[in-house]
Amino acid sequence: MSEIPADLRYTKSHEWMRTLPDGTIEIGITDHAQQSLGDLVFVEVPESGRKLAAGDTCAVVESVKAASDVYSPLAGEVAAGNPALATQPELINKDPYGSGWILRLKPLAGASAGGLDAAAYAAVAASGG
Amino acid sequence: MPYIPHTPDDVRAMLERIGARSLDDLFDEIPPALLVPSLPGVPDALSEMDVSRLAAERAAADGRPLNFIGAGAYEHHIPAPVWALVTRGEIYSAYTPYQAEASQGTLQIMYEYQSMIAGLTALDVSNASLYDGASALAEACLMAVRAHRRSKSARILLPETVNPAWRRVVRAITGGQGLQLDTLACDPASGRIDPASLAAHAGEDVTALVVPQPNYFGQLEDADALTRWARANGALVIAAVNPTSLAVLKPPGEWGDGGADIACGDAQPFGVPLSSGGPYVGFMACRMEHVRQLPGRIAGRTVDLDGRPGYTLTLQAREQHIRRAKATSNICTNQGLLMSAATIYLALVGPAGLERVARACIARTSELVAALTRLPGVRAAFAGPRFHEAVLKLDRPVAPVLAALAGEGIIGGHDLARDYPQLGDALLVCATEMRTRADVETYAKALGRLLGRAAAA
Repeated sequence: MSEIPADLRYTKSHEWMRTLPDGTIEIGITDHAQQSLGDLVFVEVPESGRKLAAGDTCAVVESVKAASDVYSPLAGEVAAGNPALATQPELINKDPYGSGWILRLKPLAGASAGGLDAAAYAAVAASGG
Repeated sequence: MPYIPHTPDDVRAMLERIGARSLDDLFDEIPPALLVPSLPGVPDALSEMDVSRLAAERAAADGRPLNFIGAGAYEHHIPAPVWALVTRGEIYSAYTPYQAEASQGTLQIMYEYQSMIAGLTALDVSNASLYDGASALAEACLMAVRAHRRSKSARILLPETVNPAWRRVVRAITGGQGLQLDTLACDPASGRIDPASLAAHAGEDVTALVVPQPNYFGQLEDADALTRWARANGALVIAAVNPTSLAVLKPPGEWGDGGADIACGDAQPFGVPLSSGGPYVGFMACRMEHVRQLPGRIAGRTVDLDGRPGYTLTLQAREQHIRRAKATSNICTNQGLLMSAATIYLALVGPAGLERVARACIARTSELVAALTRLPGVRAAFAGPRFHEAVLKLDRPVAPVLAALAGEGIIGGHDLARDYPQLGDALLVCATEMRTRADVETYAKALGRLLGRAAAA
C-alpha cells in the first residue's frame, strides 16, 4: 500500500503538489508512481525560467524498464528543478514527497494548485489508473 | 541458413489446421474492388535461367571502369575475409531477436563496433549504427536540439561545404520538426567555410554548428577554430567526418577547446562495396553527457550472476519499443549487417593498417592533382591541405568531358555544376589506395588527348 499524505494535492497522472510559504508550488511524483516505475536511473528536470502551460511535459523520469513524462498540473514559470536528482535519481524512490521533489513552479496569476485531495487520489491509485 | 521448402502437402496441412480452403481465402477480407488482376506494363514472370541471363547482361553493362569519383562514397580495398565472414549464417541476419540477449555474438559485434567508433572519434559513446551518413547527420541535428536545452532557437548552422545530398536529406528529415537550418556560405577562394558567413551569426542563439572534416571538396576545415567559435557562442558542435581520415586527422573529440559534442558520418569506406549507392551504414558517437539523447541501439558489456562477461542492450528506455512516439528516434534501425562488415574490416586492418590506407589515399590524390593540373586548361580550384579529394577547374564545361572519358572506360569525377554553379566548370576528383600510379597516368593521358583534340578542332 502506498503512502498518500493528506496535506498535498494530486493529479490523475500521479503528480503531487505542495504550496510553499512563498507561494511557489513544489511538484513531484507519488509513492504509487515511483513503486510502479521501479528503480529510477535518470531524471530530466526542467530549466529555471521555462514557461509551462497546464498539462505540458515538465520532466522525464526513467527507470530500468520505462521512461515516463511528468506533466505540469498548472500553468507557471519554473522557479527551480531539483539539482540533486542529476546524480541521485533514487531520491524519488526513497523519499518521493520530500527530497525527491522534481520542480518548483511560480504559478501564473490566477492559477492555483487545484487537483484532487488525498482521498480522491487514493481512489485513482486503487483503481490502477 | 536452412532452406525450408513448402511442398503442396505442407501447404494443404497448414490450411486445414487453420480452417481455410485455399491461400486466396486468407485474403478474402480485401474488398474485390481493390484487387488488381494484372499489372499493365509489368511483364510475366521469368524463369530462373532467364533471370540469371538478364542479370548477367545488366551487370556486364557496368563494365570495369577506372573510377576517380568519390563525392560521399569511396572505393576501397575490401579484404576477402570481410564478406566471407559476414555472409555466414550466424551473422547474415544482423537483426537482434526480440530477446536480444539470446544473440550474444551479435551484441558482442555491436559492442566491439561501438568501441572502435568511440576510439576513432575520441568520444565517449557510440550507438550501434544508423542507416547512412546522411540520415546520421539529420539525427545528429535533431539530437543537438534535444541535448542543448538552454538554446531555444533550434537553429543549426549547416555549411555549404557539407555534402549536398546529405544537406537535402537533413532538410527532408528535420523539415517538419521545427528546426531552422541556416546555410553557411563557402568561400570560393579557399573551398572552406567563409569566416564572414560564420561571424554574421555571432551573438545569436545558435543550437549547433555542423563541421565537415574533410569537407565535400576534400579540403580540411579549420576544425579547431570552428569548434572554439561554437564554444564561445554557446553552440554545440556536430562533426561530420570521413571515418578513414580519422586515422590521420585530429579526432572530433579533441577539436578546439573541449572537442565536438557529436560526431557522425558514413562507415561505407570500412568494407562496404559501392553497390550503386547503398545500402551503407551511418555512425554516430557523442560525449557521455548527451548519451540519453543518442538515438538508436546501444550494446553494453556487463557480467552475469556468476560474474562471467556478457553483452546486453542498454539505455533502452530511450528507444521506440518502450518510449514509442517520444523515443529519441523512430527511424534509427541499425544497419547490422554492414556494421558487422565495418567491424571485421577494422579488426583486420588494425590502427596501423587504417593509417596506411589513409596515407596512400592522400598520396595518390596528390599525384592525381599534380598529373592533371600539368595539362593546359586544368587547374586546382583550391590551395590548402586536403584529404583524398580535390576540385579541379576546367577551361570548358565538365559534362561533355566526363562523357568522353566514360567512352574510354574512365569515370573521371563528379560534375559540380548542378550543386555549385558559382564554382564554374568544376570537377570533383578522388583517388583512393585502389588507384595505382599507372591508373593516374592513364587518366592524365586520356584527359590530355581529349582537351588537346578539342582545342585543335
